[in-house]
Amino acid sequence: MLSPGSGNTVIKSKLIGRRMFLITAAKAVVMVGLVGRLISLQINQATKYKSLSDKNRFREWKLAPERGAIKDFFDTKIASTEPLYQLHLVPENAKDLDNLFVRLKAILNITDRKVSYLKRVIKKQKPWEPVIVSENLDWSDFSRINLFLHELEGVEPIVSVARTYPDNSSAHILGYVSQISTKDLQTKEYLQDLAVPGMAIGKTGLERKLDEQIIGKVGYQRYEVNAYGKRIREIKIDQGQAGKSFKTTLDYEVQKFTNDLLKDKAAAVCVMDVYNGDIVSLVSSPTFEPNEFVHGLDKAYWNSLIKDDKKPLANKAISGLYPPGSTIKTIVALSALENKIIRPLDTFRCKGKIELYGEKFHCWEKEGHGIVNLRKGIQRSCDVYFYEVARKLGVDRLSETAKRFGLGKKVLSDFIEERSGVVPNTKWKKKFIGQNWYLGETLHSGIGQGYFQSTPLQLCLMTAQIANGGFKIKPRIIFDEKNDHLRNYLKYKNENPNEPLPTDLLVSNFNLKPLFKNQEHINLIKDAMFSSSNEPGGTSYRHRFENPKYTFAGKTGSSQIKRFTEAQREAEVKQESLPYKDRDHALFVAFAPYKNPQYAISVLVEHGGSGGKAAAPIAKKVIKKVLERHELRRSVNNQIGESV
Amino acid sequence: MLQPRSIQSSLGIRDKILSIDYILVFSILILGITSMFAMYSTDGGEFKYHTNSHILRFFVFFGMFFVVSFISIRFWHETSYLIYIGVFILLLGVKYFGLTSSGSKRWLDLYFMNLQPSELMKIGLILFLAKYYHRISIEGVNSFRYLLLPITVLVAPVILVATQPDLGTSILIAAGGVIVAWLAGVRAKFFTISGIAMLALLPIAISFLKPYQKSRILTFLNPERDPLGAGYQIIQSKIAIGSGGLFGKGFLNGSQSYLDYLPEKHTDFIFTLFSEEFGFFGSLFILLLYALILSRIIRIGHMTRSNFGKLYCYSFATAFFIYVAVNMMMVLGLLPIVGSPLPIMSYGGSSMMAIMFGLGIVMSCKIYKDVPVN
Repeated sequence: MLSPGSGNTVIKSKLIGRRMFLITAAKAVVMVGLVGRLISLQINQATKYKSLSDKNRFREWKLAPERGAIKDFFDTKIASTEPLYQLHLVPENAKDLDNLFVRLKAILNITDRKVSYLKRVIKKQKPWEPVIVSENLDWSDFSRINLFLHELEGVEPIVSVARTYPDNSSAHILGYVSQISTKDLQTKEYLQDLAVPGMAIGKTGLERKLDEQIIGKVGYQRYEVNAYGKRIREIKIDQGQAGKSFKTTLDYEVQKFTNDLLKDKAAAVCVMDVYNGDIVSLVSSPTFEPNEFVHGLDKAYWNSLIKDDKKPLANKAISGLYPPGSTIKTIVALSALENKIIRPLDTFRCKGKIELYGEKFHCWEKEGHGIVNLRKGIQRSCDVYFYEVARKLGVDRLSETAKRFGLGKKVLSDFIEERSGVVPNTKWKKKFIGQNWYLGETLHSGIGQGYFQSTPLQLCLMTAQIANGGFKIKPRIIFDEKNDHLRNYLKYKNENPNEPLPTDLLVSNFNLKPLFKNQEHINLIKDAMFSSSNEPGGTSYRHRFENPKYTFAGKTGSSQIKRFTEAQREAEVKQESLPYKDRDHALFVAFAPYKNPQYAISVLVEHGGSGGKAAAPIAKKVIKKVLERHELRRSVNNQIGESV
Repeated sequence: MLQPRSIQSSLGIRDKILSIDYILVFSILILGITSMFAMYSTDGGEFKYHTNSHILRFFVFFGMFFVVSFISIRFWHETSYLIYIGVFILLLGVKYFGLTSSGSKRWLDLYFMNLQPSELMKIGLILFLAKYYHRISIEGVNSFRYLLLPITVLVAPVILVATQPDLGTSILIAAGGVIVAWLAGVRAKFFTISGIAMLALLPIAISFLKPYQKSRILTFLNPERDPLGAGYQIIQSKIAIGSGGLFGKGFLNGSQSYLDYLPEKHTDFIFTLFSEEFGFFGSLFILLLYALILSRIIRIGHMTRSNFGKLYCYSFATAFFIYVAVNMMMVLGLLPIVGSPLPIMSYGGSSMMAIMFGLGIVMSCKIYKDVPVN
């Protein structure tokens, strides 16, 4: 066996052994490296990778909470969340899609276009992702589908919820809800962890103001999903929490009535309880259909809304700015009395116009009113009388009273669409226009023209605070607690006519803040307003109520759009003959009943002409409706405990 | 040394059974059973196609392992060239009659199974070169004349496999061949020179790469380059392994694999699945099993008398180690995804067949350790 090659063989095997040793050493190094890597991944970085793995595994689907309801004063729901019947289709579960669509077409009203659209959507999506066949089925279609469900594999009837409004009568004050936009997400903090795709949020009005509380708490479903995004199983579900419901001070019946009354007009009406500031009605016209906004607006409808000259989307009652016109005369007179500029029986002679500072100031009555005192000045709305009063009073004192009575600042809070208007004075002009005040402008201010700007709601508040005897009230639209301080005070005063306490001390016991120096002045204004509405020659005399139950005291006004030229004035051009856009806005403010005031109202009709003709008839009808429901309202109010 | 040839070459069946390396057999069996659990988990905890077929294959080829073991090493030595040529013909067959799947032609349809000859070539080349270097004298090893044939038998199948295309397997085949040559004493200088030549040819080779192969290499260099595309596999595999932690998520609870985040979980990423479910200790257990198998193979190589046996066992051990290391480094994000199965663990008949065949020859070396091959 010891062949010559065997030595060679031994050398060779030693060489192989040596080289193998090197390789084995290298293997050991690699092995250690692998263990090191495992330690790094599975021990050192385990937490990081565990969270990454969970991030892979779990996906959460947020569930939109149910939006709280908004109710009127009588607990009628004026914005509610109602079931919505939808039909979804999961292509994966359908055996034969074409056949299914034929069956569906036989049962529902689906057009061929819709079918081909759905088929395109299905092609693009994953097979387990549902497509919405029908977004809003009525109950009869929905029940028919449920009847045939066993033949319709892959079809899923879904009961969802959506914001629903009974009608469009309160569209402006309620506002509308619509899909969350990117901008909403950026600007509203409460939406950060609340944003559910497809969830509607309040965009205007009360829906916006109350959004944070009414929207509820978002729920979620946590699913384990596979690599393709298919839900494997539900891990956890949290239904979330429905939003809070709110009771408002609005009267849905009055809203409907007023809304019908204003149909086709560009107009606004506010009605307010003069003692507690409860807004009974707030209507702007023309209105829009809030239900249309819930599921994404139809483009044609949207265009028709934004192109309409009557601006249906604007809430004219709180965001429309109009010169108050002659309705301001109540405040001018009151301011003059309070500042002892005039006495009630001081007179001026009205010859139809006066010339001052090189300018002609016309009275609306070309022939003039003759000898005019305060009562007649308001009754006839004599411009010359108020030019004289304003001239003596000065704009700064006037603006002080006007502001005290609620003009020039927002009445409600948190309505982004509400505007504050302007109560001009010398400082204001210097600041915002950069010029000195001209004396002539005081005269224009005295009849509510010029720089004066106010909303119908402000005028309503102003009137209410005159009607209630001159006490400050805080208007409200959300009924949060019973507020009967002022009524209790009046009742106490009636029952204790000989109360020794001075008035100012007494009212502070009732948590009241008087706006007057001498309440007698308020009564003078109220009396003058009565004469304006109920005595021959009064500007709204034609629309009075004889029945004392409904008798109201008001003040007409018209806010000038375009100055009359001398020629027009000479020709006695009537408002009705002017082009629509050039006609004055008609205004009317009133309170009723005169003997025992309960409600104040303001009516605005854009380009309606004179307040007496266009606005007062509307006010008359609304006042009747509101007063007819007064007993009911008081009884509901009294049933409610001290705080709700 | 002076034992009569006749006695050695005709060992009784009892002797054969007694000289089996039971530690090696036992390690293979444990690894096989472990792989069945892993496969059962990839099927979502049910006995489905992959699990059943894997179990069947394991036992069929485990049986084959014994058959191969009991055949004399001399026989394997004699048939080495034939085996190589046979496998090479199969590779050529793939080129002309192969089945195409996901863009590459790797399989032959043998009716009862789809055979992947490139896997068999891993063993075939080692066998060929072990015999070749066994026969030439130590002086001849480094002469150019004797380098020509090894280079030819190495390069030919590598090119065939690389053009299937199957870059990963071709590299592993080449690695096996290079190791035999190295062990046989081919000078380091030669490897350095060919290494430099390869580097010089690299740009040309890259231009032949398919776009997906290029993207795999780029992705390896920066997995976050395209997290949902090419980098996906590496990232998901790292997440799976890392999230396994010390003790793992538990058997059948590997969310990454169960929810299909893990790609190729039956084959290349079977270690990832196991590691996710059984954690660091599970991974360590697998590594130790492989280390044990390797040490037994090296021990057999040490014990066997013939240089053919030594060359074969050492080379096979090293190649086996490379398969394991490449696969693990791949799933651990240390190498690009080249597509190489984990021996015994991964699903795949041809790989299992090749490994069991290779182990069988190792065991034959053990049983016939004192039998001279020529």
